[in-house]
Amino acid sequence: MNAALLLDAGLCLLILTAAVLAMTGRDLFGAIAFFIVYGILIALAWVRLEAVDVALAEAAIGAGLTGVLLIGAWSLLRRAGVSEAHELSHWGLRLVAGLASAATTVVLAAAVLALPPGREGLAPLVTERLADHGVSNPVTGVLLDFRAYDTLMESIVLLVALVAVWALTPASAWGGVPGMRQHARPDGVLAMFGRLLPPIGLVMAVYLVWAGSSQPGGAFQAGTVLAAVWLLVVMAGIYDEPPISSGLLRTALVAGPAVFLAIGIAGLGAGALLAYPDEYAYGLILLIEFTLTFSIGATLALLVAGRARRAA
Amino acid sequence: MTGVIVSAFPAIELSIALPLVALLTAILIGGKLAPRLILAVGPLMMALTGIVAWQVAEGDPTRVELGGWEAPLGIALFADGLSSSFLLLTAIIMSAVGIVAMAGFDARDGETSRSYSFWALFYGMWAALNGVFLGADFFNLYVAIELLTITAVGMVALGGTRAAIRYLLFALAGSLAYLTGVVLLYAEAGTLDMSLLAANEGDASVRLVAGGLMTAGLLAKTALFPLHAWLPPAHGGAPAPASAMLSALVVKASFFIIVRLWFDVMPEAAGPVLVQLIGILGGTAILYGSLLALRQARLKMIIAYSTVAQLGYLFLIFPLSGGIAGEMPWAAGAWSGGMFHALAHGLAKAAAFLAAGLIIEALGHDRIDDMKGIARAMPVTVFAFGIAAISLMGLPPSGGFMAKYLMLTAALAGGHVVIALVMMAGGLLAAAYLFRPVNRAFSGSDIPEVAYVAYWRQWVPLILALLAMLLGVVSAGPYEFIQIGRAVTAEVGIE
Repeated sequence: MNAALLLDAGLCLLILTAAVLAMTGRDLFGAIAFFIVYGILIALAWVRLEAVDVALAEAAIGAGLTGVLLIGAWSLLRRAGVSEAHELSHWGLRLVAGLASAATTVVLAAAVLALPPGREGLAPLVTERLADHGVSNPVTGVLLDFRAYDTLMESIVLLVALVAVWALTPASAWGGVPGMRQHARPDGVLAMFGRLLPPIGLVMAVYLVWAGSSQPGGAFQAGTVLAAVWLLVVMAGIYDEPPISSGLLRTALVAGPAVFLAIGIAGLGAGALLAYPDEYAYGLILLIEFTLTFSIGATLALLVAGRARRAA
Repeated sequence: MTGVIVSAFPAIELSIALPLVALLTAILIGGKLAPRLILAVGPLMMALTGIVAWQVAEGDPTRVELGGWEAPLGIALFADGLSSSFLLLTAIIMSAVGIVAMAGFDARDGETSRSYSFWALFYGMWAALNGVFLGADFFNLYVAIELLTITAVGMVALGGTRAAIRYLLFALAGSLAYLTGVVLLYAEAGTLDMSLLAANEGDASVRLVAGGLMTAGLLAKTALFPLHAWLPPAHGGAPAPASAMLSALVVKASFFIIVRLWFDVMPEAAGPVLVQLIGILGGTAILYGSLLALRQARLKMIIAYSTVAQLGYLFLIFPLSGGIAGEMPWAAGAWSGGMFHALAHGLAKAAAFLAAGLIIEALGHDRIDDMKGIARAMPVTVFAFGIAAISLMGLPPSGGFMAKYLMLTAALAGGHVVIALVMMAGGLLAAAYLFRPVNRAFSGSDIPEVAYVAYWRQWVPLILALLAMLLGVVSAGPYEFIQIGRAVTAEVGIE
């Protein structure tokens, strides 16, 4: 009991330290490094709260993928010769911002403390209804069955975010290849990892989706692993990014949301949008999960690659 | 028989699914198909939202449970008079914008960066707007408004990245505040479904904190003074068709959630401080936005600052509803006036931005000083702008007049003299800032040389402006319609 309390207190202290260091660091790269550390610590906190699904998502997306995006942005800024020096805003403005943040924190803390303890929310109801239907991991049940509409819209958000990035492509590069051409020494460490790790990553991704129906895991976590595999392959110089005009690429991006939407519309025949007929529920959810994983992986990888920069 | 079939038709679900289908098609195929999709999607969406309105008018407010799961486990969609009015408004404005944009974002010489991204963002925005207007669950509304924000920022980025980044930062801070409030609300109530939340009063002080955070976030997205700083560069700098959607619809979506939150779901938690504060911000927005609109040198910037000012009126429904105003000849006069204003402003503002866009295409710029005599070169477009201006000023017989008349009588009946004075000052200032470009367009006597703009495209803003006018002429029908399913608080006030 005491050991657990000590662990939690230490974790909270580390989280706060990492957050403060990420914000106050003068050097941009250092701030990014602490942000990634912060993400990993938050993932640990989710493990302590017994929310392993959230922990996986936080580690994969919050720390991993966001970290890669930030480092990518940092290196682009550096290549463009942007100076990191910046002027602090007026002290009055900073004071007002500080006071507003402090006041929000106090009010929020008071509201949280005013909540009566021991509330379980909808968890018991989810567990009870899950038995009748499809999958047995409650998180997957919520994401793909009870609140499938949210998940469908979220997959669309991700896709549209990629389009918003592509909107920044200059007219001359449209239809071209995103990112920089990567070169790696053919006998180097990167090239070796580029050949060694992808098969392991693929198996892991498939396992994460498959396990997601009964244990922690699912499309977003597995999609991130797929994206990481692709990034490694590109960085090792084994394959280049596809041009954004490629029909195959666009099919990969759209497949997941499209299958999800099509099954959802077909559900109107079973009584409601996104309703699965009982006898097919498990199979349909699995089909959605696998295609969604594939599309999420492709979308995340292309978000990291950014807008098109070179001719196809 | 047909009545039975139509009333069972899943129009609510399809009015979200169809724009999603169009979105995925535009992303997958793009090319020359994407700009042409509007020719099919526009009429279909008009028909679908028309059926939703018919269903609401025939029966009561309509609620559908997605996936067959009842709330609190599942998510519901909900349509009453107000939401189906906004759905129809969205269908009309998006179709009009789409028709005008077919030429500006075409792919005649093959797919381009602009043509591809615009149409994907366009359908994403449409789905998100309908998702917001039909949403009945506050987390689901978070997802819908995120989709809306990303499409809107993408549209602004087509005009310039600086304004887009500024918008993104405001909007993401708003999302964070909204989401924090939603988490707190869920912790307090164990559900985020609107009807379940409304049925259970809960802990008023926790709900006030939760609702306050959600409202602060949504105000940043609606650009209510003093959170408006992102709006003028974003709406003034985006391509004109995008500005039309942003000013007419996107900022209304977050306002719509605020109305649902306080009038429908938890009026008992609001308290007089919140109501007065929102009212004061609304009044300040009217004066501040109008004064800055007077000082702009570019047409689109005038229209953008006019949005800052006109959004202020919407928030006056908070202090104006209820009180003695509840005893008015029109029940819920202030609330109905505010909703009328949202609809009429949507039509008039979309018309004004589309007209400004066509003037830019013709002249290559929108500097008011160099617009002399443009009315003789583009009579239909300038006429459209003039009609839209009449509704924005609130002159009879426009929809804008009807809205401001209802609100003004409510203010006077309720003894809110200051608010009444602010509203009248706002009307006068609107007349002043809108008269400047119109006056310039008619001055001189020669016909300026302009680039060719297809005649049929000039008719589109005119139709929108005439619809804003029509809303005032046949106001009784729409007035009755938005009352369907109206919350009691619209009549008796929030306090």
